[in-house]
Amino acid sequence: MRPSKFSNFIFNRTVQGTFYQAITLSLVILGVYYIVQNTAENMMARGLASGFHFLGVESQFDIGMTLIEYSPTSTYFDAFIVGLLNTLLVAGIGIFFATIVGFAFGIMRLSSNWLIAKIAETYIEVIRNIPLLLQIFFWYFAVLRALPKPKQSLEFMDSIFLNNRGLFLPDPNFSESSSVIFNLFWITIVISIFIFVWSKRRQNRTGITFPAFYVSAALIVGVFFAALAATGFPVSFDIPELKGFNYKGGMKLIPELVALTFALSMYTAAFIAEVVRAGIMAISKGQTEAAKSVGLKDGLVLRLIIIPQALRVIVPPLTNQYLNLTKNSSLAAAIAYPDLVLVFAGTALMQTGQAIEIIGMVMGVYLFLSLFTSIIMNLFNRITKVGER
Amino acid sequence: MSDTSKNITPPVIEIGIVGWMRKNLFSTWYNTILTLIGLYFIYLIIPPLFSWIFFDATFSGTTRDDCTSSGACWVFIKQNMKLIIYGLYPSDELWRVNIAYFLLTVSIIYLLIPNLKYKGFVGVFLLLIFPIICIFLFSGGLGLENVETRLWGGLFLTLVIAGVGIVLSLPIGIMLALGRRSKLPVVSLLSTIFIEIWRGVPLITVLFMASNMFPLFMPEGVNFDKLIRALIGVMFFSAAYLAEVVRGGLQAMPKGQYEASQAAGLTYWKMMVLIILPQSLKIVIPAIIGSFIALFKDTTLVLIIGLFDFLGIIQFVGTNPDWLGFSHEGYVFAAAIFWVFCFGMSRYSQRLEKKLDTGN
Repeated sequence: MRPSKFSNFIFNRTVQGTFYQAITLSLVILGVYYIVQNTAENMMARGLASGFHFLGVESQFDIGMTLIEYSPTSTYFDAFIVGLLNTLLVAGIGIFFATIVGFAFGIMRLSSNWLIAKIAETYIEVIRNIPLLLQIFFWYFAVLRALPKPKQSLEFMDSIFLNNRGLFLPDPNFSESSSVIFNLFWITIVISIFIFVWSKRRQNRTGITFPAFYVSAALIVGVFFAALAATGFPVSFDIPELKGFNYKGGMKLIPELVALTFALSMYTAAFIAEVVRAGIMAISKGQTEAAKSVGLKDGLVLRLIIIPQALRVIVPPLTNQYLNLTKNSSLAAAIAYPDLVLVFAGTALMQTGQAIEIIGMVMGVYLFLSLFTSIIMNLFNRITKVGER
Repeated sequence: MSDTSKNITPPVIEIGIVGWMRKNLFSTWYNTILTLIGLYFIYLIIPPLFSWIFFDATFSGTTRDDCTSSGACWVFIKQNMKLIIYGLYPSDELWRVNIAYFLLTVSIIYLLIPNLKYKGFVGVFLLLIFPIICIFLFSGGLGLENVETRLWGGLFLTLVIAGVGIVLSLPIGIMLALGRRSKLPVVSLLSTIFIEIWRGVPLITVLFMASNMFPLFMPEGVNFDKLIRALIGVMFFSAAYLAEVVRGGLQAMPKGQYEASQAAGLTYWKMMVLIILPQSLKIVIPAIIGSFIALFKDTTLVLIIGLFDFLGIIQFVGTNPDWLGFSHEGYVFAAAIFWVFCFGMSRYSQRLEKKLDTGN
């Protein structure tokens, strides 16, 4: 029996594919239409106008910590920027410390010293398996809030003070002449880059090596301190002082910020440690042996063979951890650190009721960060990909 | 002959405790320093911690006046145990939660004991039948009194959220992964957009969305319970992460498997269900359990939208005027419970990984 034209048609791959896609698409469109319709009706019923006009309106609420000029007379858009900057601040500090602690524990975990390896393993296994929010609560409510009052602060070297109002650090003051030092600093860095390029070229041409690293390091550090001495140390520190019931002057970090960054860095460090360990372990022993057998010294083996290959394994999951840290910084809302989520999706949403616009903007910020990171990572992967034979 | 043999020193002991210590703790001078520093840190942390938790702690009593020792006062946990485990669930109905706890424990223990028969049936029971029993047990129906979800709380609520998330997000995640790998451009594009949006935002914004935006999406009069809204958010969030895990497994399948099943004349769904998914899911079981651990830890976030999960209850009883100043005990207790659950799951996944590794 020959198949009929009709059965030929309905069993055709392309026809079936188009049919299923058409069904899926229409279902999705219907769903979206239904939601949009309901939302429009609900917003009408509640007397809400859609749109972003509210961004220009006076916000009428204050924010506990701002990096830019902000007052209750500022607009909702200013509040958005304040929240965004606070989020980025926490993420930046958190990433810095998480990287240092994470690399330290990752390397410790691989130590030939049994005790050190066990300590690192215990740290990683304990921290990774306890919810981050619980850790934030612990550091904020059980540790920082339970600290003594300013009069009985914990002191370090008479210039750093920790109490239940926050962490007080000396604030560096740069006078006029310090700009000279910064300019000199940048100039020495540019010179060092030239030294590196020149020494590489000369080595390629003649085979003579030049200690570019030590020379440029000496140049940068030497010129920096020489300039400092020549201008008579133009940097002074504003040290916090106890006045009345609290410390005045210096740099004040609110306890919410301290607890949040501490918990975030400790938590993410445990994950980074695992990433680092996996990266180093991924390099087979043959690489080290081969490099040594062609006569490279230990330092060069590490710099030219191990680290470049390990980094290729480490960097993508590492950026992923950075991204996680940034997203996790939104837990700030739970301890009232004024980050993007608390300020904008919390207070501003409560006041204006513009749920869709506000949550859309907040999600948009995080989405942008995620997509941006993944684009950078794809580029990185393409550049560092090993040419396979 | 005899001269050279004199000059060779006897080999360093490499066996026994001394040999082990020499090799692993004191092999070089800097290793010795590291060992000493490590020992000092352990000395700084462990003895005070243990005496706070055990030796100096108070275990018996009923009120805060019994907390006289310098260590932890576990009376605080003991007195609030009912709240911590069941939330505000009515006292007369606690047996319903207890049945569920009992069934869950028995099935898990059964699954953990090696070499028992009918494990597959128990697994299916746990994933398909048990949740349905729980729905009726917890919320009421079939002659049972109705218990509002706002009374649910404590460890019970945490397990409900994690359980619903785990059971529902896996099938959705598999469908999304298949969708993303599909050759049909529309399906693939829609799945990709869906996955990337949920993965790109923090869970908190998802929960804010669930509590603030869902009511706007629904027609007048339809009102979802707060818990269900949170559950939907958690479910989609977790499904997006699982989708990527499953996709990793699908990509790891050799092309020959697809080609062979097509050559055998299997349709798309038969190929996926019978050949591809069983193999690729097996590869990614450890990663799936990893996602479940993350989900379990993330359930704590629901306290931000006002649900009293395990951590939420701990926070709540800490603000009780009768028990102010016992937050350390609360947090340490909660941390210990969470740790046992998460660490247990991760060890189980490691064991499973070894067992399932058939070496091909």
